[in-house]
Amino acid sequence: MRSSARCAGWSSTSARTGPANRLTTLPLISHSSTDAVIAYRAGQPILAGQFLADVARVAPALGPGNHVLNACADRYHFAVGLAACLVSHKISLLPSTHTPEVVRQLLHFAADVVCLTDEEDCNIELPRVRYPTEAGPATAAAHTDVPRIDSARLIAYVFTSGSTGTPVAHAKTFGRLTACVREEANRLEIGEQACAIVATVPPQHMYGFESSLLLALLNGHALCAERPFYPADVAMALARAPRPRILVSTPVHLRALLGSGVALPETDLIVCSTAPLAQQLALGVEERCHTRLLEIYGSTETGQIAVRRPTGSPEWRLWPGVTLIARDGETWAQGGHIEEPTRMCDVLEMTGRDTFLLHGRAADLVNVAGKRSSLAYLNHQLNSVPGVLDGAFFHADEPHATAVARVGACVVAPGVDPERLLAELRLRIDPAFLPRPLLMVARLPRNSTGKLPQAALRALAANLKTAAAG
Amino acid sequence: MSDKVSPLKQAAPASPEADLTGEVATLIVEALNLDVAPAAIDPDKPLYGEGLGLDSIDILEIALVVSKRYGVQLRADAEENGEIFGSLRRLVQYIGAHRTR
Repeated sequence: MRSSARCAGWSSTSARTGPANRLTTLPLISHSSTDAVIAYRAGQPILAGQFLADVARVAPALGPGNHVLNACADRYHFAVGLAACLVSHKISLLPSTHTPEVVRQLLHFAADVVCLTDEEDCNIELPRVRYPTEAGPATAAAHTDVPRIDSARLIAYVFTSGSTGTPVAHAKTFGRLTACVREEANRLEIGEQACAIVATVPPQHMYGFESSLLLALLNGHALCAERPFYPADVAMALARAPRPRILVSTPVHLRALLGSGVALPETDLIVCSTAPLAQQLALGVEERCHTRLLEIYGSTETGQIAVRRPTGSPEWRLWPGVTLIARDGETWAQGGHIEEPTRMCDVLEMTGRDTFLLHGRAADLVNVAGKRSSLAYLNHQLNSVPGVLDGAFFHADEPHATAVARVGACVVAPGVDPERLLAELRLRIDPAFLPRPLLMVARLPRNSTGKLPQAALRALAANLKTAAAG
Repeated sequence: MSDKVSPLKQAAPASPEADLTGEVATLIVEALNLDVAPAAIDPDKPLYGEGLGLDSIDILEIALVVSKRYGVQLRADAEENGEIFGSLRRLVQYIGAHRTR
């Protein structure tokens, strides 16, 4: 893996002195006292003092290396692991997926990386550090001082899939992340009272990292350790969390929640991101939960940069200091908490100084239920499978209006069994991007210039389907 | 539950379970737009990961159509949950035992 190469590389980031990068320190957590609730597990409170004790206990277990892959499934364990890295000057690595290929590249990126895990059956091929068993409240009393962290400190790398098969690392510094999620609390209007935050998204992805984890730690709110999946689980997790309570989720989960008919407890705010939310769905959710729903727009590189209430206005409002710049038919985001000027993979139209409309994805971007990749990256992985002579992914037609859109692939690979090809791809790419359908063909429908139009691939797929049915 | 299918009935030829298996397989193929005939799904192979190759987004979609059709709300903390998507057969048995419509 390499550092962000589309710009000058991250070393220039750390040298720059923006407002968040002056030599100041910020508190590890923003809770008013050690008796403040920082988390809930199964509805039971965990206090800030306990959290600080757990951080002090876990930090020495991380060993001498500088990099940690935090794979903890329990959100409280993840938070303790992250804070333990912060106080012991380690960098957290947050890849979006843990396939064997990504783990191998991670090891290449940081040879000293260890995997912090709380799961018995963790199969990540890295030296593993087991999350130490909880010691209980007895140890909490001695930990009353909140550690302070340099705002310029690089605390995490998040990764996007580059187009050449090598993931690109993006540095995140503590000051900018803090500024970003403090503004999030303002934008969500949750500054007054401590809230409980229930989330269906993992803390390892940028959206979950900010909105389910840092939003709580750095604004004095409480995170809920569970990650509910089925609608009935989400309803129970919400019912257990004291009010005011917030649900941080995605269109996929909200659609299942609304469609399931499960009785939903009153929720004070619902936050949604990862993919555009249909207006009807937003209306339905607000009605059913007697709440307001706010949608967040961002990317792995920039973090969250805008918010809107979809039932109120289609316009997004940018974070303060963040600007969008149109350049050669592309839109770049920069300023504010953004570490590096970033080309956005969506078609955005500025409507005012700090407002814009979102008109869909750029052609190369793949977004399956919030997991992002690019056709170029997926094609590279496909064509690196032994026996594949030519192959291309395409945006499959949506099965029906509200379901998740997938990618398909056409492949020229004489003598290669499709099952084996899928098994090879499974090692390289996130399961969400496994081609559906996977079509073995004699040749790809390249045009006279050798280009491969998406429409031609979709037409080929449709023809093959018709032929198979007939 | 009153309409719980007894093991004896399940074992009988042309059992309600066999009917339900075909019905659930069709439901899955239609909901996910899969490139496979419902009858071609091996009832004993895993639905998740290897096997039919479904992922968590699919599982949520199946949970949704199952709740709509049979009134069964799946839960991650149910003891048997890890097993439910172990195969089509197990999913069908779970639905058979918990359906309310």
